[in-house]
Amino acid sequence: MQLSHKMKINEAKKYVAEKLNVTLEELCDVVTMSEVREELGLGLGHVEPCAEANIGMEAKFRIAELLGIKINSVERFKERAGMK
Amino acid sequence: MQEKKYFTRMGDGSIVHMTEAEIREDMKAGMEDAVLRGKVEPLTDEEFEHLYNIITMPGTIVGVEPGMQIVTTSDSGSDKINTKCGIPVDRAVNAMIHERILGCDSVDIGYSDYNYKTVKGVAKREATILKHALNRTTMPLFYGAMPNLGFYTKPDGPVDNWAVLLPEGKIKESLAAQEEAVEHAVRDIVYVAEQMYDVGADGINLDTSGAAGDADFLVSLKATEAIKERFPDLNVEIGMAGEFVLGMHGKLKYDDVRLAGLYPHKQVKLAEKAGASIFGPVVNTNCNMTFPWNIARVCTFIKACTAVAEIPVHANTGMGVCGVPMCENLPADIVSRVDKALVEICKIDGL
Repeated sequence: MQLSHKMKINEAKKYVAEKLNVTLEELCDVVTMSEVREELGLGLGHVEPCAEANIGMEAKFRIAELLGIKINSVERFKERAGMK
Repeated sequence: MQEKKYFTRMGDGSIVHMTEAEIREDMKAGMEDAVLRGKVEPLTDEEFEHLYNIITMPGTIVGVEPGMQIVTTSDSGSDKINTKCGIPVDRAVNAMIHERILGCDSVDIGYSDYNYKTVKGVAKREATILKHALNRTTMPLFYGAMPNLGFYTKPDGPVDNWAVLLPEGKIKESLAAQEEAVEHAVRDIVYVAEQMYDVGADGINLDTSGAAGDADFLVSLKATEAIKERFPDLNVEIGMAGEFVLGMHGKLKYDDVRLAGLYPHKQVKLAEKAGASIFGPVVNTNCNMTFPWNIARVCTFIKACTAVAEIPVHANTGMGVCGVPMCENLPADIVSRVDKALVEICKIDGL
């Protein structure tokens, strides 16, 4: 949000918290966010069991959709994969 | 009874013990130095007291209050494990380590010879590494390097060396050489940016801007403008080399503002104008002064910068800048105090 929309930190946190339906406190909490990220498939630091984990590009597809933003590498992936 | 002394450090990292009066005296002197040089407002009494508490609070590592966490960007981040720790790791793997082990919020892929002139010749191959990393990580990835204008001088570069011309009294030739170098550097940066955009980079990091003076800073501003014009989706972070722009040329302007002598609160307005998404201010650490002197000075400068900034500000907190000591192995007691002060007093958006 800072990079693509030039949002300051508090504005960026508020935007993401609203999109993920969590409080600002929960957004900064590793326990809550691990569960949220796992549930929504947004990527985690640990990836076990790997078959059920979203890492890298698949997570970025979901992040772009959830936050309503364009991620350059996702767009390139779609182009190269013939998806757009 | 002997007056209580607090553990702190000098700007070179060496340990020093100071009384409350000594700490407050140095804080006041550091703050006044920033006010005088930058023509900025001093810290409020409340901020001054908060900073004193941060400097003297117990614990080797201190942290921000819950909810005040911020995000990080870096310079030559993906090569640090290789170059600084001597561990040979592919840079795409390096980016994954930064994401999943070190907990970074972003990292930049950069060449070990971290400048755009060198990268130009291998840009497409550098883009391959970035593409691998982008496919395997979730966080935003930059491609980063320094404008490093000095590399454009003879015998390695195409233009005459202004550092040689100046002592010879060849002022006009020196100015012309810098102006010519600016055009070469902007062209190289935009070329590299294009290769990185083609593989999906989230951003371009123009690191250590202004290292060779005002012409060097002008390169970053003009390159940012050109990148945003050609690739509107490619975002730019401008990180500075020092607290004020050296006037190696002296007459260069951007948006009708003379670049020489600008401090962070003026630099950020030009970065905004050029189209940058994130600005990375620097305040130099003085090795001969104490941490209380340095951090009060830092907070005065950076608070003035964030107060006027309309884009996110990521303060540079590496070795020798923003109060972090000038030593290779950084003490966490000082680094964590720097971070807490910058977040809670200066309201930075990132590090």
